Amino acid sequence: MSSETKQILTTDGIPLEISLKKAERKNKIKAFLLVAPLLLFLIITYIFPIGEMFTRSIDDKMITNMLPKTFKSMETWDGKELPSEEVFASFLSDFKILVEKKEHGKLAQRLNKEKNGFNTITKKLFRQVKRNKIDETQSIKEQIMKVHKRWRNVEYWQAIKRTAPPYTSAKYLKAMDMYLNEDNKITQVSEDRRIHRILWLRTVEVAFFVTVFCFLMGYPIAHLLATLPMKYSNLLMICVLLPFWTSLLVRTASWMILLQQQGVVNDFFVLIGLVSDDNRPEMMYNKVGTYVAMTQILLPFMVLPLYSVMKTISPSLMRAGKSLGGTPFVAFWKVYFPLTIPGIGAGCLLVFILAIGYYITPALVGGASGTLISNQIAYHMKTTLDWSFASAMGLMLLGGVLVIYWLYNKLVGVDNIKLG
Amino acid sequence: MALPKYTETRYRIWHYFYIAICTFVFIFLIAPLFVIFPLSFNAEEFLVFSEGMKNLDPDAFSLRWYKDMVYGTKNPWGLAAKNSFIIAIFATLGSVILGTVAALGLSSRHMPFKGIIMATLISPMIVPLIISGVAIFFFMAKAGLAATHTGIVLAHIILGTPFVVITVTATLSGFDHSVTRAAASLGSNPVNTFMKVTLPLILPGVISGGLFAFVTSFDEVVVVLFLAGLENTTIPIQMWTGLREQLSPTILAVATCLIVLSTLILISAELLRRRSERLRGINR
Repeated sequence: MSSETKQILTTDGIPLEISLKKAERKNKIKAFLLVAPLLLFLIITYIFPIGEMFTRSIDDKMITNMLPKTFKSMETWDGKELPSEEVFASFLSDFKILVEKKEHGKLAQRLNKEKNGFNTITKKLFRQVKRNKIDETQSIKEQIMKVHKRWRNVEYWQAIKRTAPPYTSAKYLKAMDMYLNEDNKITQVSEDRRIHRILWLRTVEVAFFVTVFCFLMGYPIAHLLATLPMKYSNLLMICVLLPFWTSLLVRTASWMILLQQQGVVNDFFVLIGLVSDDNRPEMMYNKVGTYVAMTQILLPFMVLPLYSVMKTISPSLMRAGKSLGGTPFVAFWKVYFPLTIPGIGAGCLLVFILAIGYYITPALVGGASGTLISNQIAYHMKTTLDWSFASAMGLMLLGGVLVIYWLYNKLVGVDNIKLG
Repeated sequence: MALPKYTETRYRIWHYFYIAICTFVFIFLIAPLFVIFPLSFNAEEFLVFSEGMKNLDPDAFSLRWYKDMVYGTKNPWGLAAKNSFIIAIFATLGSVILGTVAALGLSSRHMPFKGIIMATLISPMIVPLIISGVAIFFFMAKAGLAATHTGIVLAHIILGTPFVVITVTATLSGFDHSVTRAAASLGSNPVNTFMKVTLPLILPGVISGGLFAFVTSFDEVVVVLFLAGLENTTIPIQMWTGLREQLSPTILAVATCLIVLSTLILISAELLRRRSERLRGINR
C-alpha cells in the first residue's frame, strides 16, 4: 500500500497542501490590503511625525553646521589651556562666513545659552570683522584675544567645544530642571528656578486624584445602573450619556458659571448657612475648580466601562454568596467586587490617561495653580516657539502614558476596553 | 430596589445612604448642563440669576443673546458654525470610509500581525491629545497644510478613525461570515457582496462609529488650536477664546444650541445601539 506516499490532489492536479497554502496567502494579502490605506495614512501623518518629535527634541545640528572648521580643528585640542592658533584661525573663517550670511546673531544666541557672556563678545568680534580690522597675515589668536578679555578666558572656548556634538540631551534635562555643567555633569538648576518638576508632580497628582474621585463616584452609580430594572436604568443612563456627548467647552463653561463667586454653588452655600454672604470662598482659578470640573467631565469614562462589566455579572452570584452565609458586605467584597476588577482597570486607565494629558479645562478654570504640563507644552508650541523643548516634554509625557498602558496590559489586559 | 421586609436596620440605613450618594452623583453629572439653559435667556448682561429671574418675572427673560449670536455685528459664530460643520462632515466621511475598510480587514481571521496593527490604528485614541496635536502640527506645517481646511479635516480623520475601527470591529465580531460566502457562491462579486449583504448588517456599527467621529471632530479644540488660522475658526475655538477673554451670555446661547445638538446625537446613538444589539442577537 502506498497511501502515505500518494498525495491528495485537487481537481487541477495540484497537491492540496500547496493549493491551500496559496489560498491562505491570498486571503492574508487581501486582509492586509484592506487595512493598508488607513495604516499607511496613519504612519505618514501621525507615527512619523511623532518620531520627528524625537529627532527635533535632541537636534543640535544648527551650531555643528555653523562652525564646521572650528570643531574639526578642536578635535586635537585637550581643552585645558587656550587652543592653538589654528583653532582661532578656523573660528574666524567660520565666523566670517556667518557674518556674510547674517547668521552671527543666531550663533551668539546659541552660545549664550551655553555660557552667559557670549552675546557681548560676539558682537564685539562682529564689529571688528565688519570693519576689516583683523589682519590675516598676522597672528589671528593675538588679535581675537585683544577684542575682549573673555576671548582670553579658556572657559569660553571650552563652552564652544561642548556644543560640537550634533545631538543634545539638554531639552530633556531642562524639562527635569537640570542641565549639564562645565564638567559635563548633570546638575540641578537653582531652587527658585525649578518650575518644571512642580508641573510634572502636579500633573500626576491631579490625574491621580481625579481618577480616585471618579472611581469613588462612578462605582456606586454604575452598580445602581446595572442592577435597576431596564426602564429606570435607561432613564438614568441619560444622566451619564448626555454629558458624555456634550461638548467639553460647554461643560467647562457651565462650571465656570457655577463656581464663580456670585455663582449658584456659592449661593447655595450661603443659603444653607455654610458661609456668610460677604465671605464667599473662591472656588475657581485654583485646584478646587480643576478637580471639580475634571471629575465631572471624566466621570462618564469611568461609569461606562464599569457598567458594561457589571451588566454581565449575574445577580444570582450575590444571592448564592448570601445564602451560603455571607453578610451582604462579605458577599459584595468576596464575590461581586473581584468580578468588577476588569471594569475598574479599564475605567481608571481611561480616566488617568485622559486626565494626564488634559489641557483645556485646567487652562480655563485652573488659574495659575491649575497649570499642568500640557499647558506648558502648548505654551512653548505657541508662544515661545521652542518646539524642540515642547517635543521633549511631549515625549516624556507619552513615555509615561505608554508605561501605564503597558502595566495595565500586564495586569488586566487591553481587550477589556469597551466603548459604552 | 425595594428592600425585603426582613432587612436589618443597619443594612436599611446603608441602603438609603447608597441611594443618597447615587442621587448626589447623578445631580453632579447632569445639573451643570441645566444651569446654562435659563441663564442663556437672561435679559441682563451678567451671568448670575437676577432677582427678576428668581421671581419668574417675564421681563427678566429675553432672546437677545440668541439674536446677538445670529445677527450680531462682527460676530464670528456664523463662520465658525459653517467651518465646524464642513470640517466635521468631511472628517466623518473620511474616518468612516477608512475605518470601516480597515475594520473589515482586521476582523478577517487571516489578518497577519493583528495585535500590533490594531495598536497602531487605535493609537491616536491612547496618546494624549496635546502630543497628537504637536505631532500633527509638525506634519501639516511640513506638508504646507497648516491653516487650511484640508489640514484640519485630515487631522480629525486621524483622531476619528480609532472610534470607527473599534465600533465596526465590535459589530463584525458577531457577524456570521457564512452569509458572505453564500453571496459569493451565488455569483456576487466582493464589492457587490459588501454593498448588498455586509454593509446593511453592520450599518448600525458604522453609523455609531461615524457619530463618535463626528462628535470628536465637532468638539475638538486642542489640535485645531495648533492648526487653525483666522479663516478656519471653529465653534470650539470661538468658545475657547470667548471663555478665556470674557464669559459673555452669547456663549451661553451657543452652548444651549450645542446641548440640544448633543441631545439629538445621544438619541440617535442610543437607537442605533439598540438596533445593533438586536441584530447581533444580544438580548439582555
